[in-house]
Amino acid sequence: MNQLIVSSSPHINSDETIAKIMRDVVIALIPAGIAAIYFFGSRALLIIVVSVISAVLTEWFMQKLYKKPITLDDWSAVVTGILIAYNMPPTVPLWLPIVGSVIAIAIIKQSFGGLGQNFMNPALGARAILLACWPVRMTTWVAPGPDAISTATPLELLNGNMQEGFPTIWDAFIGNIGGCIGETSAFALILGAIYLLYRDVINWRIPVSYLGTVALFTWIFGKDGFFTGNGIYNLFIGGLMLGAFYMATDYATSPVTPKGQLIMGFGCGIITSIIRLYGGYPDGVTYAILIMNIVTPLIDRYTIPSIYGEVERNV
Amino acid sequence: MKLREIFTNGIFKENPIFKLVIGMCPTIAVTTAAINGIGMGLATTFVLICSNLVISLLKDFIPSKIRIPSYIVIIATFVTIVGMVMEAYLPDLYDSLGIFIPLIVVNCIILARAETFASKNPPIPSIVDGLGIGLGFTLSLTILGSIRELLGAGTLFNMQVMPNSYEPALIMILPAGAFITLGLLTGLINKFTTKMD
Repeated sequence: MNQLIVSSSPHINSDETIAKIMRDVVIALIPAGIAAIYFFGSRALLIIVVSVISAVLTEWFMQKLYKKPITLDDWSAVVTGILIAYNMPPTVPLWLPIVGSVIAIAIIKQSFGGLGQNFMNPALGARAILLACWPVRMTTWVAPGPDAISTATPLELLNGNMQEGFPTIWDAFIGNIGGCIGETSAFALILGAIYLLYRDVINWRIPVSYLGTVALFTWIFGKDGFFTGNGIYNLFIGGLMLGAFYMATDYATSPVTPKGQLIMGFGCGIITSIIRLYGGYPDGVTYAILIMNIVTPLIDRYTIPSIYGEVERNV
Repeated sequence: MKLREIFTNGIFKENPIFKLVIGMCPTIAVTTAAINGIGMGLATTFVLICSNLVISLLKDFIPSKIRIPSYIVIIATFVTIVGMVMEAYLPDLYDSLGIFIPLIVVNCIILARAETFASKNPPIPSIVDGLGIGLGFTLSLTILGSIRELLGAGTLFNMQVMPNSYEPALIMILPAGAFITLGLLTGLINKFTTKMD
């Protein structure tokens, strides 16, 4: 290129596009989907497919309605659809993922201005609303395997002061426990997360500070006194892995400054641990991330990095 | 302004809920069912008409420095009447509206009309203004209450409307459901009314 191009900033271009990033997220979510189908059967696949299709259709319909350009090819609706399905028990009737997708896309995403304008993670917001609407449907768990035996999740066992009956830490890591479709297999989720980290789609700050805070907090404030909790076990149960790697790191709803991202992870960790240890709900990942989503603009405001060459004003 | 304009002003152009967005506390709290919306709306309408009339008649005698306490005393008088009548003849409705009946005293819709309209206009327009604003409030509360009751309980005016297989969305009768419904309705109504202007 021996051409002189005169243009205004920005001068540095990247070949990264929204579609590319979202495609990477979809690829990273595939292992967890395979694990879900392995443990919960074809029902899990059906729920994922229904959820994705209804999310994409809702996105198309809302953009038509608002007379906006149709941006289905950015894959963001697909990601939301997958995450909604991953946040549901495998027992739900098929209308539930459809309602969830409509709430997530139509109300939480498009009504606030579409991609990048939503003030909270659409999939998590939809989950919170569904949980408030149909609490029994959203918390009917089955044990992995073909027989669909109803079971309690490890977190519910922890909350109920049970002494035994816990799955081993290996089962929890692999995913052989009751829970939502996409959250049970920590192994598959970590596999996808490594891919995302490798591709530079997410950085380590939010997940590491989130997971670290939960492990530390649940270890210190154990049931039998200080420093007796099983922090590592707490990492592998509930929606923590899914939340920390795939939902707390959502670009639109997490801080952009490095310091802010650490605060975000720390805040999520504290709230998750408090709800797990003392709250009425078994798992606090949903509410922790939603609350931190809402304070994200404040965090960003107070962690603006100083500009190169900036000096503190003389006192 | 003609009387008809004053009347329709309260229902459409200055609808307290969807246009002015005032009186949100009773709006969010009582609209769990359509019948509550009507009850609350009509009680407020009665107080509005009476207080507007009395304030309009007394506007030349009330010193402007103590006008707010004076308005409150007048409004409280009529709220007490409404509360007692409702407790005697509609005990069920009175129970379900609860604390929000006495709280009509500090309802900002009533104070706003006293301050901006009744204290500057003769009695007849003041009555019509109270009626218009009151019916606008009643209509809005009833629409909100109907939607929330239909989705949150599957009923309308306590009659089963949805098929038995319908599983009520509990969030609609919780405060969060009120905020969601109110936000969507306000957006929708403003979309259509700004087009007409």
